Amino acid sequence: MEKRAQFSSRWLPYALVAPQIAVTLVFFFWPALQALYWSALLQDAFASRTQFVWFDNFEALFQDSVYLASFKVTAVFSVLVAASGLAISLLLAVFADRVLRGARTYKALLIWPYAVAPAIAGVLWMFLLSPSIGVIAYALRSAGIDWNYYVHSGQALLLVIVAAVWKQISYNFLFFLAGLQSIPGSLVEAAAIDGAGPFRRFWTIVFPLLSPTTFFLLVVNVVYAFFDTFAIIDATTQGGPVQATQILVFKVYQDGVQALDLGGSAAQSVILMLIVMTLTVLQFRYVERKVQY
Amino acid sequence: MYKKSMVIALLGAGLLAASSVQAATEIQWWHSMAGALGDKVNEIAQKFNASQSEYKVVPVYKGQYDESMTAAIAAYRAGNPPGILQVFEVGTATMMAAHGAIMPVYKLMADAHEKFDPKDYLPAVTSYFSDTKGHLLSMPFNSSTQVLYINKDAFKKAGLDPNKPPKTWPELEKDAEKLKASGVACAFTTGWQSWVQLESFSAWHNVPFATLQNGFGGLGTRLVFNGPVQVKHIQNLGNMAKKGLFTYVGRKDEPTAKFSSGDCAMMTQSSGAYANIKANSKFEFGVSPLPYYPDVKGAPQNTIIGGATLWVMTQKNKEVYKGIAKFFTFLSSTDIQVDWHKSTGYVPITLAAYEEAKKQGLYTERPGFDTAIKELTNKPPTPNSRGLRLGNFVQIRNVIDEELEAVWSGQKTAKQALDEAVKRGNELLVRFQKANQ
Repeated sequence: MEKRAQFSSRWLPYALVAPQIAVTLVFFFWPALQALYWSALLQDAFASRTQFVWFDNFEALFQDSVYLASFKVTAVFSVLVAASGLAISLLLAVFADRVLRGARTYKALLIWPYAVAPAIAGVLWMFLLSPSIGVIAYALRSAGIDWNYYVHSGQALLLVIVAAVWKQISYNFLFFLAGLQSIPGSLVEAAAIDGAGPFRRFWTIVFPLLSPTTFFLLVVNVVYAFFDTFAIIDATTQGGPVQATQILVFKVYQDGVQALDLGGSAAQSVILMLIVMTLTVLQFRYVERKVQY
Repeated sequence: MYKKSMVIALLGAGLLAASSVQAATEIQWWHSMAGALGDKVNEIAQKFNASQSEYKVVPVYKGQYDESMTAAIAAYRAGNPPGILQVFEVGTATMMAAHGAIMPVYKLMADAHEKFDPKDYLPAVTSYFSDTKGHLLSMPFNSSTQVLYINKDAFKKAGLDPNKPPKTWPELEKDAEKLKASGVACAFTTGWQSWVQLESFSAWHNVPFATLQNGFGGLGTRLVFNGPVQVKHIQNLGNMAKKGLFTYVGRKDEPTAKFSSGDCAMMTQSSGAYANIKANSKFEFGVSPLPYYPDVKGAPQNTIIGGATLWVMTQKNKEVYKGIAKFFTFLSSTDIQVDWHKSTGYVPITLAAYEEAKKQGLYTERPGFDTAIKELTNKPPTPNSRGLRLGNFVQIRNVIDEELEAVWSGQKTAKQALDEAVKRGNELLVRFQKANQ
């Protein structure tokens, strides 16, 4: 049976959704269109001279081998951030779900990192691991490990991934925990009575039932890795060494905000926008099919 | 919400009333001097405001150099730019190319009939910010250059003479070997690698960094820092990195902490780091000129500056220009300059202030404190050592940083890296030329 709300007046439904549409138009569509327009412009920082150059900015980007290389870095970075972020927080949520004593404290502590701004998260990790002033870096060196993420690209990538994941774990944890708590206990108990061990119960009952949450978090985490991580990189590696941590969004920030190349930066953000749109569509078309609501 | 807007309205009305009573013309000064430096900036403005009643300079901290520049450009686009904007040397070409956005200092001073002679200022400072005709475009403010810091205690421990810092790069390498043998974890490091090891290095050895007099001659300039002298130097540093004699710890100021903590025994870094090192180190340190290669003809020439200058942005209210001109005269006065030099470590911008500091015995009291000025005034600047005028310079420095890191980590030879940096940098110059033609 279908349930339908009936409105007596014809304009009321439109009036009710109007604020939301207005917000979406002003804060999402307008900037997106502006980025699209700017990506076709070549102008100096003061906009004292503006030329319409069609696709020159895009052409310049795709001729730049360094820009193309940063796609690879972004892919590696995003996959690792999303995958390890989801895996670790799911593990923590499963543990937290089973904790009986001190559960509130445990949960509250796990949520803390989410209150930390990405830039601060970057600075915190920098203070721990910076080759010049880091506490952990000092310990690593005395253990004979040549820790210097300004030279070793693997270490640099590891650092930004750890910082980005650490920052996002709380958010994922919250949703996973809520998801776990909404799974009826009777299902799990029934399986237990049938002789299914904890691992079996998790994979055959809990994990499938969690899939809507997991899917939602997958989308959110990919978007997070693509867009919200530049502050972490700015505070730690600044894209280096060489281009080891040069992800697409950081280059947008560097070229646009630091170097004031607005056309080039707008072109990059248009590309970024297209990538995330494609990814989201793909996720909804192919991953969502496996989701059981 | 209603209450809030009422408060704002009342405040606004109050401000209007106050300004009409005082009738002093307000001059906004956007700067990037944080901490102790910011206090000094406020002090200078206060002194100026107290010295007369017609104008009021209001200093506003707008974040780091790139941030305040972005903010000022946004304000200009919105039609309300500050009167004075502090811009780092890297932003010079961008500011110069801004048609109608800036008021050149030489013109400002002439229009206001302020007494002003560019010859009173340190030539190495003014040459960086003058056009090809020698007209000064922005007012020098905080200028520094590159020096070599050594840890004297570490030198003693390694059996080296702490009063004989290495004068040349070959000497530096030998000292680094001895330091390493004595158990020093990091013998040598450098801050701001592009600025120290390529930009100023080229000037110091009188070889060009870019064509058309390092960009002073026009927008058609192209990078040429992949010449034999630079390649040899970068390869040397790369080899030192391989042997563990040179430790790279970051693109900007990060190495200063590594030197202050005693981890690194030698460091090439901005002379502006002096106060910081003095406050944070527990050992005796020495300041000496940047090393050079004795086999390069004409070396050492003079180093180039870093730091920032004050740009005047176009104003609707012409009265503001007069106030700024008066303020610049005040800023260049000997007392203010000596005090600024003494408390910050930046070089004094006028020759008179330098003489005065000498007379007061500042350099016998703090040996090595005048190294920066000596380097800057070592010889009259040549087209290779006046400075750099490159568009998209922030991005070019990023490119150089990336390519140099490939040398330090052994992924590329110096020649490969510098060739690639020149190629990528030139693409950025072409873009800048297109945008500004």
